[in-house]
Amino acid sequence: MTMSPPIGLKDVAAARAVDVSKVYGEGDTRVVALDRVTVDFRQSEFTAIMGPSGSGKSTLMHCVAGLDTFTGGSVRIGDVELSSLKDKQLTQLRRDRIGFIFQAFNLLPTLNALENITLPMDIAGRRPDREWLERVITMTGLADRLRHRPAQLSGGQQQRVAVARALASRPDIVFGDEPTGNLDSRAGAEVLGFLRDSVRRLGQTVVMVTHDPVAASYADRVVFLADGRVVDEMHEPSADGVLDRMKAFDGRGRVA
Amino acid sequence: MFKTSLRNVLAHKARLLMTVLAVMLGVAFVSGTLVFTDTLGRAFAHETSKDYADVSVSVSAESAHRLTPHDLDRMGRVPGVSGVTGRVGGFAGVADRGGKLIGGDWSARGGNFAPGADGSDPAYGFTKGRGPRDGHEIALDTRTAATGRYRVGDRVRVATDGPVRTYTLSGVFTTHDGAVEAGGSLTLFDGAEAQRLYVPAAARSGAHGAGTTDRYEEALVRARPGASDGAVLAGIKPLLPKGASAETGARLADEEARASAQSLSSLNEMLLSFAGIALFVGIFLISNTFTMLVAQRTRELALLRAVGASRRQVRRSVIAEAAIVGAVSSVVGFLLGLALAVGLHTVMGSFGARIPAGPLVVGPDSVGAAFGVGVLVTLLAAWLPSRRAAKIPPVAAMGSAHVPATTRSLVLRNSVGAVLSALGAVGIAGGASVGKDDGRMLIAGGAFVLLLGVMVLIPLLSRPAVALVRPLLRGLFGTPGTLASRNAVRNPRRTGATASALAIGLTLVTGLTVVGVTLAAAVDRMTTDNVRADYMVAMASGGSLGTSVAQRLAHAPGVTASSPQQAVDLRVHGEYHAASAVTPGDVQHVLTMDVVDGSLATLADGGVAVAEKTARSNGWHVGQSLPVTYDDGKKGTLRVGATFKDNELLSPLVVSTAVVAGHEPEPFVPGVWVKTAGGASAAHEKALEHALGGSPAFRIQDRQDIRNSYGGSVNTALGILYGLLAMALIIAVLGVVNTLAMSVFERQKEIGMLRAIGLNRAGVKRMVRVEAVVISLFGAVLGIVLGVFLAWAIGQTFKDSLPGYTLVMPWERILVFLLLSGVVGVLASLWPARSAARLDVLTAVKTE
Repeated sequence: MTMSPPIGLKDVAAARAVDVSKVYGEGDTRVVALDRVTVDFRQSEFTAIMGPSGSGKSTLMHCVAGLDTFTGGSVRIGDVELSSLKDKQLTQLRRDRIGFIFQAFNLLPTLNALENITLPMDIAGRRPDREWLERVITMTGLADRLRHRPAQLSGGQQQRVAVARALASRPDIVFGDEPTGNLDSRAGAEVLGFLRDSVRRLGQTVVMVTHDPVAASYADRVVFLADGRVVDEMHEPSADGVLDRMKAFDGRGRVA
Repeated sequence: MFKTSLRNVLAHKARLLMTVLAVMLGVAFVSGTLVFTDTLGRAFAHETSKDYADVSVSVSAESAHRLTPHDLDRMGRVPGVSGVTGRVGGFAGVADRGGKLIGGDWSARGGNFAPGADGSDPAYGFTKGRGPRDGHEIALDTRTAATGRYRVGDRVRVATDGPVRTYTLSGVFTTHDGAVEAGGSLTLFDGAEAQRLYVPAAARSGAHGAGTTDRYEEALVRARPGASDGAVLAGIKPLLPKGASAETGARLADEEARASAQSLSSLNEMLLSFAGIALFVGIFLISNTFTMLVAQRTRELALLRAVGASRRQVRRSVIAEAAIVGAVSSVVGFLLGLALAVGLHTVMGSFGARIPAGPLVVGPDSVGAAFGVGVLVTLLAAWLPSRRAAKIPPVAAMGSAHVPATTRSLVLRNSVGAVLSALGAVGIAGGASVGKDDGRMLIAGGAFVLLLGVMVLIPLLSRPAVALVRPLLRGLFGTPGTLASRNAVRNPRRTGATASALAIGLTLVTGLTVVGVTLAAAVDRMTTDNVRADYMVAMASGGSLGTSVAQRLAHAPGVTASSPQQAVDLRVHGEYHAASAVTPGDVQHVLTMDVVDGSLATLADGGVAVAEKTARSNGWHVGQSLPVTYDDGKKGTLRVGATFKDNELLSPLVVSTAVVAGHEPEPFVPGVWVKTAGGASAAHEKALEHALGGSPAFRIQDRQDIRNSYGGSVNTALGILYGLLAMALIIAVLGVVNTLAMSVFERQKEIGMLRAIGLNRAGVKRMVRVEAVVISLFGAVLGIVLGVFLAWAIGQTFKDSLPGYTLVMPWERILVFLLLSGVVGVLASLWPARSAARLDVLTAVKTE
C-alpha cells in the first residue's frame, strides 16, 4: 500500500490522464465525450473539475477513477496503468487505493455509521488503522454518531459519513462526484471544509466534480472542461472568478 | 384502462413469468387432481360394474345357499324372461411362460363359460377359437393371452385355490367385463370344471332339489324386448331361495358407481388439499410479484393519477392485469394438469398401487374449477398490491425522490400472530393429550391456526433468527455474508412471505415423514416382536388358502414348525369374539405367545388360549369352561387352558384347528406361518415353492416381505408425499427468485456503490446467494420445527393403539430437507445474483 507522501513532493502526480478519449457509438451516432484529455492530479492537492453539462467532466472522473472504460489514451493511478487492468484488478485497485464520495450519499442503510465508514476495509479484509480512523472521525465530527443508522442521520451527517468512509482507508486519491449536490449550503460548506482539511492537514489528494462555483472555490486548482477537452485551469480560485469563467462558457455555448 | 393493463402485461413479460408459473402450478395441481380422480373413478366404476348392460335382474346367493339349476329353471319361466345364466367364479391366476402371474394379482378371475342353445355365451365374443368344452380346456381374454404370448392350442398353467393345473387354450375372447377392461385377467372354464374349482364339494353334495349337482353364486336374468325390469324383478322375488337377493341391473350399476365414487373421495380430498396448499403458498408469490410491479411503476402510475386517472381506475388497471395473467396461466396450467393426471397414474401404478387403466376423463367441473381457482387466486393476491397502487400520490410523478414505502407498525400484526400461534399450539398440545380421533381433529384445527399464526409472525421471527446466524455468516463469507444477513431482514414482510412457502411445505412434509417413519418403526417392531416364523404363505389374491396347503407346507423339507392362522368367530355367552385357529404345538414357534398362566399344551386337548387383556376384562381364568357357539350355530364348551400376553397378530382367542374343523363349511385361512431349520434361505424358499406345486397363485413372504406388507404402505404414502415436497420446493424457488429479483432491483444503487468502493463481482454474487440461502433455510428450519411438533402431537394420539410406540426422528431425512432447502436458495439466486453482479458500477454514481 502506498503511504501518503511527505509534504514537499506536491508536484508528484497521484493520478495522470494522457490523451484520454472516450467515444460512444459509431458513424452518424458517434459522440466524443472525451477528446484526448491530458491532465495531472498532483498529490496532496485539491482539484475541482468544472464545466457545463455535457462537457465530459463526470466521464473524465469516472475514467480516471477506474469506474468507466475509455477508448484511447492512458490513465495511471500512481504507477498503475488502468487500461491494462481487468475488472477484478480494477475492483481491487478501487478498493485499496481510491476513495469515493457520491452525490446521493450512498450509504448502506443496514449498517451503522461506523460500519459504513470501515466498509471498504471490511470488504478487503483489512483491519483499519485505529489512530488514523480516529483522526478522520474526529475531523468529521462523527464521534457521537457512530452507532446511528443512516436513516437516523441528517443529509449533512450522512455525507460526512461518506467523506469519512472515503478517507478511512487512507486511499491514494479521493474522488467526489458532486459531493455537495444534495446538501444545503451550510452542510455543503461543512463537507467541503472537511475535504480541504483532509488535503491540508492529512496530505490527502482529492478530485471533485462540481458545477457549483462556491464549491470549486474550496479547491487548490480548478480544471475547466468543455466539449470533452481541457480548456482552462485556475489556481487558488475564488468563487467569483470561477463564476465569471463559467459565464464565458455559457456565452460561447450560446454563440456556438 | 384495459388497454393500459394489456400493454403492461406485455411489457413485463419476464417478471410476470413468476406469477404465471405460480398460478400455473396451482391450477395444474387442481385440474390434475380432478381429472385424475375422475379418470380413476370411471376406471374403478368399470372395474366393479360387471357390465349390467343386458342384465335385467341379477340374483346373488349366499355361499351357504347357492342357486341350483332348479332355481334357474323357475326364474326362466317368469313372464318376460328370455334367459337365465348361472355364474360361479373365483381366483384364477394365469402363469406366463416363466411361471409368474400375468397382470396384477388383484383381479385375476376365473368363471364359467355358459353357452346357450346356440353354443355361445352372450357375455363373451370369441376372436379366435371357441369356448372350453371339457375340463381340460380354457379360454382367455385377449390381453392376458397376448401378454403371455399364448395361442389357441397352447398349454397354459392356471392356478386356482388348489394346485396348479395345465389346460389347453381353446379360444381367445373379448368382453365388456369392467375388471378385464381395467387390466385384470379372466379365465373361462367349462361349466363342470368351474363347479369343481369354485364350489366346495360339500355344497354340491346333497341334492336340494331337481337338476344336477351344479351350484351358482349368481344368476343373470335377461328380459325379452319390451318387458320391464321391475315386472321381471317382481316375478323373480317370490322364487328366491333363502338368503338370496335380487336387484335390477340398472339399480346395481348405480349403486356400484356410487360406492366407487365414495371410495375415491378420500383420495380426492387428499390430493385437493395438496392443491389447496400449493395455491395458498402461491398467493404469497403472486402478491409479491404484483407488489414489485407496482413499486417499479410508481412513477408511471403517479403520472396516470396526475393526468386525471382516479384511484379506482388505477386499482382496476392492476386488477385487470391480474385477471389477464390469471386467465393465461389457467389455460397453460390446465394443459399441464392433464399431463400431471397421466403422470400421477403412472407414478402411483409404479408404486404398486392398485390402479385400473381407463381413458382420460375431463369433466366440465374440472375445467370450471381450474379456471375459477386460477383467476380468483390471482385476483385475490393482486388485491392488496392494487390498493397500494391506488394510494400512490400524483406528486410521486414529480421529483426524483422515491416515495418511501409506508412502513406500518408491525405491532398489531405481531399481536395477532402471537395470539393465533399460542391458540394453535395449545390446541395441538391439547389434542395430543386427548388422543384418539377427537384429539386428531383438535390437532388438525390447531395446526391450521398455528401455521396461520406463524405466518403472520414470520416477519418478527426473521430478525432474531437471522441475527443468530450472522456471526457464522460473517465468519464464512466475510463482509458479503454480513451484508446478506442484514439484507435478508430489510423487508421482513417480504422475507416472511418468501420463507412461508418453504415453511408450509416443510411443515407438512416433515410432520408426515416423522409420523410415517415412527409408525413404520412401530409396525416394524410389532412384526419383529410378534412373529417368529421365517415365512408366511398367502394367496396372491388375498383370498383364503385351501385347507390342504397347511399340510403340504408342514411336510416340506426343512420346515420345523408351521401353523395356519384360520380366522374364526366364536360366540361366548352370546357375544362375538374373534378367534384364531392354529396348529397346537407349532403355533408358539411361529408366533410369539408368552404364556401368563396355564399351558399351551392344552390347545391340543381342545382347550382355548385367551389373550391376557381379554381374559381380564371378561373375568375368565385358566381352568374355567366357556360355553361357545360356532359359526354353524352348533354349541359346545371350551376350557381355558392358558392365558398369554396380547399379540397384535393373533386374535384374543386361540384354538386348535381341530376344534373348529367340522363347524366351518368354507374355512377362511388368510395365511400359513412357516419356520424353517436355520432360518430363511433360498433353498428353503425353493422347497416351499415346490411344496405348493410351483403355483403362481401363492405368495411366499419372508420376514422382510411380512414387514413390508404391514408397514410398506407407509413408504408408498411417503413416496407420494415427497411429490408434494417437490411441489413446495418449486414454488419456493419461484418465490425466492422473485424476492431476490425485487431486492436486486431496489438496491441497484447500493450494489453499484459497493462495486465502486471495491466489492468484486464474486462478492456481489455471494451476497445475493447468501441472502437467498438465509431466507430459504429460515423457512425450512421453521417448517421442520413445526412439523416435528405436529408429528409429536399426532404420535401421542396413536400411543394407546400402538404398544411400544416411541417417536422416531428421521434425522438423516431432516438433514436432506435442510440441504434441499439450501439448494433451493442457491438455485433461486442464480439468476438474480448474476444480474446483480452484472450491474454497471456507474449506476451508483450517476444521478437520476
